[in-house]
Amino acid sequence: MSNLLEVRGVSKRFGGLVAVSDVSFSIAEGEIIGLIGPNGAGKTTLFNVVNGVYKADQGSITFAGKDITRCSPDQVVHLGLARTHQIVKPLNDLTVLDNVTVGACFGREYLDMAAARKVASEVLQQVGLGDRAGMMARSLTIAGKKRLEVARALAAKPKLLLLDEVLAGLNPTEVALMIELVRKIRDSGISVLMIEHLMQAIMSLSDRIVVLNLGRKLAEGQPDEVVHNSDVVEAYLGFPDIVDKLTRME
Amino acid sequence: MILRRPFFWIILLIAAGFIYAPLHGNNVSLREDLILVAIAIILASNLNLMIGYTGYVNFGHIVFYGLGGYVGLYLTTVRNWNLVLSALVAGVVVSVCAFLFGLAILRLRGAYFALATIGILQAVQAFVSNFDPWGRSTGMYLSFNSYQSLGGARRALWITYFLIIAVMALSMIVSLAIKNSKFGLGLFAIREDEDAAVVLGVNATVYKAIIYSVSAFLPAVAGALMFFKNGMIDPSIAFEYMLSLEGIVMLMLGGQGSVIGAALGGALYEKLRSYLLTAPVLSNFHLVIAGGLLLMVVLFAPGGLIGWVYRLVPRARKVIE
Repeated sequence: MSNLLEVRGVSKRFGGLVAVSDVSFSIAEGEIIGLIGPNGAGKTTLFNVVNGVYKADQGSITFAGKDITRCSPDQVVHLGLARTHQIVKPLNDLTVLDNVTVGACFGREYLDMAAARKVASEVLQQVGLGDRAGMMARSLTIAGKKRLEVARALAAKPKLLLLDEVLAGLNPTEVALMIELVRKIRDSGISVLMIEHLMQAIMSLSDRIVVLNLGRKLAEGQPDEVVHNSDVVEAYLGFPDIVDKLTRME
Repeated sequence: MILRRPFFWIILLIAAGFIYAPLHGNNVSLREDLILVAIAIILASNLNLMIGYTGYVNFGHIVFYGLGGYVGLYLTTVRNWNLVLSALVAGVVVSVCAFLFGLAILRLRGAYFALATIGILQAVQAFVSNFDPWGRSTGMYLSFNSYQSLGGARRALWITYFLIIAVMALSMIVSLAIKNSKFGLGLFAIREDEDAAVVLGVNATVYKAIIYSVSAFLPAVAGALMFFKNGMIDPSIAFEYMLSLEGIVMLMLGGQGSVIGAALGGALYEKLRSYLLTAPVLSNFHLVIAGGLLLMVVLFAPGGLIGWVYRLVPRARKVIE
């Protein structure tokens, strides 16, 4: 099976700081890949390089058979690669519906207004914001804003969705709902690459996990393999007994 | 599609009122009053496309009006072109210039963009003041013959007035059409958060350059018509920096982002200004009042008149565009 996303030897430097160094991995269609690592490991920078916010200093990124290394974020969306932001960026003075309509209008299908509104209402139902459509985006709760991020990205009808810490800052009920939503997204045929700190969630959702530390790829594999990898345990989890604790929770 | 919006018909009604009122009884002084109101509405409406829709503050918006006036007067007087054609060509020329300026300066954001727009105003004014074919700092005068082709001065002034009213109506219609379009939605997204807009797929660079260019077109046409009517132009009246600033006051007063807000702000401010200018005790005091007004609006009603109405009646957002 050909890979949907292929990241080969990507590096990104900011002055003297190497934020991402020679990272390679790939995502197959229909896969959920978890991207984990301690704070400052370069996860969000890697996202920014993949979707074109930053240009890679080295390496190449291929998406759906097309080289997107030099593409700008808006071009990347048209090809079917959408993302959410760790720090939510709602379009505050527009309604929730308009926010999502922007995603549909300028997404992969480049819909006109009428069609985009229809898609937007459907997506809002799907993420559970259906009854908030007419509200101003600024008045949503943090959980609502996270959902809005996901809705806007979904409205673009992506083939691959990059989720940047959509669970952070949510309470347990909201986390459960969001995990359910991510599963549904995968079941609808969209591949997912997600950054997450909540180990329990990422262990149960991901098909494979990629671990970053200090900008480098430390490990990659099935969730079980990764948590038992001694490098990962040392760099990321710190104490070996956390592994036992995690596996008991499974 | 736009024909279905009630507000479109309201705009036509306003324009009809502007035409009927002075024509009825051949009231020339009312016409001269209304022409200033119309120019204010044109400037405020088009400035609204940049500030209210896209979130980019343009301090040098008047440059389009002045440049349009120059190109227009040059074509009508020196080249003996017909007025309507001259005005349209002036609009196109200025729009193309704006597009090129836009590609250069729209990489800047926030205060840096605002500063660059002042720079453009100064640069164009300096250029025109030293440009021989346009009479350098003394400017150009319209030859009286130019009125002849429109059937004499009296008729020419009326025709110019009708054309300016048409440009005013068109300014509001363009604002309305953009507001309800996909293009407009892209602009709003840029206004709210440009980085997010780009990640959502909006090509911000191109969108900004296009709207900057569009916001230049009708003011340039209006400038060509207005300076034809006045019969003369020179750099200091064409590129009147104060008028550029007052455009921003009009917009804040009426409510940026709203079609009717921009128009209302333009009309109200212009009426207030002409009152303050003509009232003997207050002469030369109008800028003090304008400054105070701007301060009050920013502090107490940041959404302007229309924002205040929206706050009182949230449903009004759907009706008053």
